[in-house]
Amino acid sequence: MKKNKQTEIQVKQPFAKVIRRHWMLLLMLLPAVIYVLVFSYMPMTGIVMAFKRYQRSGGIYFSPWNGLNNFKALMIQGKLGMVTRNTLLYNIAFIFLGVVFEMGSAILLNEIIFKRFKKVAQSFMFLPYFISWVVAGAIMYNMFNYEKGIVNTVVTALGGGRIDLYNTPHLWPFVLIFLKLWKQTGYGSVVYLAAITGLDQEMFEAASIDGASEWQKIRYLTIPSLVPTMMIMVLLAIGNIFRGDFGLFYQTVKSSALLQPATDVIDTYVFRLLIDSSDYGVSAAAGLYQSVLCFITITVCNGIVKKIQPDYSLY
Amino acid sequence: MSKTAAAAESHHVSRDLKNVNILGIILISIFALICVLPFYLIIIASFTSETFMIRNGYPLWLDLKNATLEAYKLCLKNPGAILRAYAVTGSATAVGTALAVFMATMTGYVLSRKDFQWRNGFSFFFFFTTLFNGGLVPWYLLCVRYLHFKNSFLALILPLMFSVWNMIIAKSFMAGIPQSISESAMIDGANDMRIFLSLILPLSKPLIATLGLFSALAYWNDWYNCMLFISNDSMFTLQYYLQRMLGSAEAMRIVAEKSGMALTSIPLESMQMAMTVIATGPIVLLYPFVQRYFVKGLTIGAVKG
Repeated sequence: MKKNKQTEIQVKQPFAKVIRRHWMLLLMLLPAVIYVLVFSYMPMTGIVMAFKRYQRSGGIYFSPWNGLNNFKALMIQGKLGMVTRNTLLYNIAFIFLGVVFEMGSAILLNEIIFKRFKKVAQSFMFLPYFISWVVAGAIMYNMFNYEKGIVNTVVTALGGGRIDLYNTPHLWPFVLIFLKLWKQTGYGSVVYLAAITGLDQEMFEAASIDGASEWQKIRYLTIPSLVPTMMIMVLLAIGNIFRGDFGLFYQTVKSSALLQPATDVIDTYVFRLLIDSSDYGVSAAAGLYQSVLCFITITVCNGIVKKIQPDYSLY
Repeated sequence: MSKTAAAAESHHVSRDLKNVNILGIILISIFALICVLPFYLIIIASFTSETFMIRNGYPLWLDLKNATLEAYKLCLKNPGAILRAYAVTGSATAVGTALAVFMATMTGYVLSRKDFQWRNGFSFFFFFTTLFNGGLVPWYLLCVRYLHFKNSFLALILPLMFSVWNMIIAKSFMAGIPQSISESAMIDGANDMRIFLSLILPLSKPLIATLGLFSALAYWNDWYNCMLFISNDSMFTLQYYLQRMLGSAEAMRIVAEKSGMALTSIPLESMQMAMTVIATGPIVLLYPFVQRYFVKGLTIGAVKG
């Protein structure tokens, strides 16, 4: 019976028959389909904004065209290269260190045999994931304030000179990478831990019987089995490699112009164009530039992965 | 899991397992401490008197001589604004989380059904929106001009209501539930919605807990949509209220520095810290309830398949 059913499934059915048979499933998809059409596909048509001079009366679709002027204005501002570079470099660091920290802590957590310790440590590591970037910004202020911050209290107590973080742009990459890892690792490690718990335990038992050491099992069993999960996580992150984590950059840097060369990413730049200067057309042009970059990157990367190892590709 | 349990039960723990454990405990402990330390410092600071902090900086530990509830008293002296922010955030979180979990699981279920031959097409239809989007401006204008989000409660619910990411998690989890459950129920004449509600959802508790936590966090911690769409201060969310407060305190501090005015009359520093504690508060308490399900609920699979 079951076998019959499965072979039946393989057969491609005509359109009308699928609808008749699965109308309920289609109905269940409807809310999400409408949602995505309204909030994702509709704005895609709004890309035309990048080639228009926005007027309140005309809205998105009936404002007059102005060719490539928005892009020219963007070029003249001369910041696009800088924010693109910043976004890319920050994200490369986030992705690479993210994988190392998340996978590393998942593997170590899995090896630890003291259940209570594991549970408490995991809860602690998860705590930063629970707070908003607003709170994270407040915490950072508490840590790095020039006169009252904990870091400076400790540094001066140890005989060092005060660190003036908010006036020292070149320190920011380290601080922001630290903050991102601090906030994200607990969550990321659970993703890998979930993948580890899903592994076939007999494989590990067999390896133990064959005399494999714990390190060998980690090196030759655990890590290779985590590669598919890692590939999904990394590919998803690569799809957003030209998108900065807006909250991270906005809530910690605030509006300090001094720090911008080291901390401004495409998202904060687009946001300032939109909100502070209400430059809708230019802001839309920058947004389109970002979306196209992202799309090309993920298409190429997924294509390469698909060529080499189809199982690891996202789609 | 069973490997470590077996190892713990037998008193013979191999030497390298011991080594891995020592290394693991040291590294994990360091990282875990770094994760909680800032929370500890914020809480301590919120209970410390302003004069002490101006003289000595933020405290490393709570000195009972300088402990005070002043900051909390001041924060709650005018409780109207905070209570309103709590009410707005709480109701947005409750309504939004329920809707978000329902939509993610329902969509995920349909896409996990192997007999639904359009599942890959629809999966890609959803997934494509994460690969490409129109950018901030068209989305913002759509929300403001055509959906009238300005100062509307919907602006705090709708933007976070459906996440493709959560849908993928739901789909991956439900793909692990034997298809035969749906199949046999169909033979018994149950329709797909019934199967989803009365068979699949009860089997998906870890998933519901996980997605519920993610959605609740997203709503509770939302300042972005409030910043974009809400200008009426009776509708501020908690995080945006905090953001405004931190911002205005910063502004006052700069004015004071430039004019040489004394600000000691208002305990700005400890008030900020107290407000941070108040704004974070309840959501952290959610974790112990879902921790049990967490690892099981978070399976991640590819879009296809």
